[in-house]
Amino acid sequence: MKLTIERADLLRSLGHVQSVVERRTTIPILSNVRLEAGDGRLAVTATDMDIAVVETVAAEATQDGATTAPAHMLYDIVRKLPEGAQVDAETGDDGGHLVLRSGQAEFSLPCQPAEEFPVMAEGEFSHSFALPAASLRRLIDKARFAISTEETRYYLNGIYLHAPDGEAVLRAAATDGHRLSRIDVPLPDGAAGMPGVIVPRKTVGEMRKLIDEYDGDVDVSLSESKVRFAFDQVVLTSKLIDGTFPDYSRVIPADNDKVMEIDGKVFAEVVDRVATISTEKTRSVKLSLSKGQLVVSANSPDSASAIEELAVDYDSAALEIGFNARYLLDVAGQVDGERILFAMADSASPTVVRDSGDADALYVLMPMRV
Amino acid sequence: MPLICRDCFFTDDLGESECPACGSRRVVAHAELGRLAIAHLDCDAFYAAVEQRDDPSLAGKPVLVGGRHRGVVAACSYEARRFGIHSAMPMFKALKLCPDAVVIRPDTAKYAEVGRDVRALMRAVTPLVEPISIDEAFLDLAGTERVHGGAPARTLARLARRIEDEVRITVSIGLSYNKFLAKVASNLDKPRGFAVIGRGEARSFLKNRPVGLLWGVGTQLRKRLEADGIAAIGQLRAYSEAELVARYGKIGHRLARFALGEDDRAVDPDAPRKSVSAEITLDADRADAGALKPVLWRLCEKVARRLKADRLAGRTVTLKLKTAGFRLRTRSRSLGEPTRTAETIFQTAVALLMREADGTMFRLIGVGVSNLAAADDADAGDLVDRIAPRRARIEDAIDAVRDRFGDDAIAKGRGLAGGPQRR
Repeated sequence: MKLTIERADLLRSLGHVQSVVERRTTIPILSNVRLEAGDGRLAVTATDMDIAVVETVAAEATQDGATTAPAHMLYDIVRKLPEGAQVDAETGDDGGHLVLRSGQAEFSLPCQPAEEFPVMAEGEFSHSFALPAASLRRLIDKARFAISTEETRYYLNGIYLHAPDGEAVLRAAATDGHRLSRIDVPLPDGAAGMPGVIVPRKTVGEMRKLIDEYDGDVDVSLSESKVRFAFDQVVLTSKLIDGTFPDYSRVIPADNDKVMEIDGKVFAEVVDRVATISTEKTRSVKLSLSKGQLVVSANSPDSASAIEELAVDYDSAALEIGFNARYLLDVAGQVDGERILFAMADSASPTVVRDSGDADALYVLMPMRV
Repeated sequence: MPLICRDCFFTDDLGESECPACGSRRVVAHAELGRLAIAHLDCDAFYAAVEQRDDPSLAGKPVLVGGRHRGVVAACSYEARRFGIHSAMPMFKALKLCPDAVVIRPDTAKYAEVGRDVRALMRAVTPLVEPISIDEAFLDLAGTERVHGGAPARTLARLARRIEDEVRITVSIGLSYNKFLAKVASNLDKPRGFAVIGRGEARSFLKNRPVGLLWGVGTQLRKRLEADGIAAIGQLRAYSEAELVARYGKIGHRLARFALGEDDRAVDPDAPRKSVSAEITLDADRADAGALKPVLWRLCEKVARRLKADRLAGRTVTLKLKTAGFRLRTRSRSLGEPTRTAETIFQTAVALLMREADGTMFRLIGVGVSNLAAADDADAGDLVDRIAPRRARIEDAIDAVRDRFGDDAIAKGRGLAGGPQRR
């Protein structure tokens, strides 16, 4: 293999794929990226056996071929080359090294044969649709904070993407049991009847990075066990979490009638201030509601206390309810509109939170005992 | 020097080896006797002593408490110790040393009850009782002189007698000025002992003792210390606290202070329990998860019962396995919320077991719960698990049936199927 490539092109594609490569792995070749030159292009592939990302960039290949080289080292080298540089890459005579030349610098990296690099079998996809990158960003951004990290309930370690019956929406749901996020976007053509899939946390994070500055459509293909996102010059294929996402719709209360409405930013600031004194372990704050008034307070076991009062729209019977301050702040952070709405039943039942500026987003918070 | 008779409790300012009042030679004499108030009390050969107490035909005989075939000796009577048997020794080895020993299966419920009786008597002399296990505790008797009309040493001698009279087992007492040395002392004069380590002799006493005597120095650290040329406690004094911390980590602080006979930990009656666990050596080595599961379930029930008894719940479940080759494997998993139910502990432990059941033969299985919290915060359920409170109530109902009609009145089927049964 022998090729010449712009440093900027190589850096961008390595930057895109290298974060998939695990820092520690028991299979040495997984620390490498696969490089394949041909047809005036270079294809860079990284995998951790659960996710595979391929990005293709323009390159001048004088000799077609493929190899694998240490991902993070390669990325660091290219990163440190001067801007505007060109990079010549070729596999050495013994085939055991990748030699990089740029300006007066030369690097020789140990490499392993491309044939030994694991390929992820894609299988057949049952559904395909085009999803605007902006929609995918929205689904990810507003749902990912609620993803669970608990190993026991592994089926909560991702975003549940599904097309609910009888509703023309593509829906993302995530929950860790304490809070839940449910986000809708218009149902793309071809997504109706798709299987509900749980996209793992890492895939969600990688995808979000890849589409950060992209504005076209992302081609999404699905089967029961895999998902593939393709856009621009990038293809990400990922295994799905093999499990059943719980029927969460049953825990979304429909008739919580005690409704509080408040400026989202002001609310977040007050909660953040009051929570300063609550202990790291519980981080609980108490909301005491009466007509037109909210009192946010907190106590710590070592007898520190904090209290702040503010005017709100609230017209129901008085109520005291406790929440984890971090969860309140996470939810408040999702709110785009000016107002945030809390619909409560009592101090022990799930509370529904809505965003005045986004009717297609819904959050549920489990109260804490305070 | 000051003296207290452990038989008639006579107290004198001058004495050595014999009670001037009753002539008993069971006396404690020490220059600092009136000034030491931290004690460690340890029941002698506890399980074996309880068995001997309840069956007079066992008196004077070598008694081993533990599983007959493949278990280890949980406790052995002093008669058995003469044969070189000690606790934690594999049972087959013990029986080789003393084939005539009487082997008794442990009755943990009974021991727990006796342990509570002993604890109650301890609490009658001071509220500052910090239990370490079922049969030992620290006591802080500072400031009790007026209440009890005598120095802590005398109060302790009376307590030991009262335990002998009312519970009918013997204890050994270590008296010193801190917990570390009190614990060391209680081991010096067993059984039915009373040993004192004062400030005056603490350093010289420790100087040539092995480092393994220090709290927190287990086999691994001991080997490291020995490899570094530190075999005796006195040798630690050649290093500064900072050097010891740099070399051995946080434990270095403790090593430096213990080496000088210093220990500033208070006797804390509320010292929280860190974990609750149960384990069993299997009748035969097993590799099959199907055979291990029923055993695991019964262990989970045991752990849950102990949690419930102490109104505790735990967030982290740990599975412990010992391979036929005596390799230890422990695997842990944390839950979203604390639990006290056998069901949740079991589900979590089984998931861990399935990963380890790779054909390896296991000789021991255990399960523990740590990261403890108050039972009130447990099994509340959340958005995903709405039935956790119901699971907890079902178990409470099963427990209530068992309390009334006995443990065998009701059981889950999974505890019966296959596997070595041992009750």
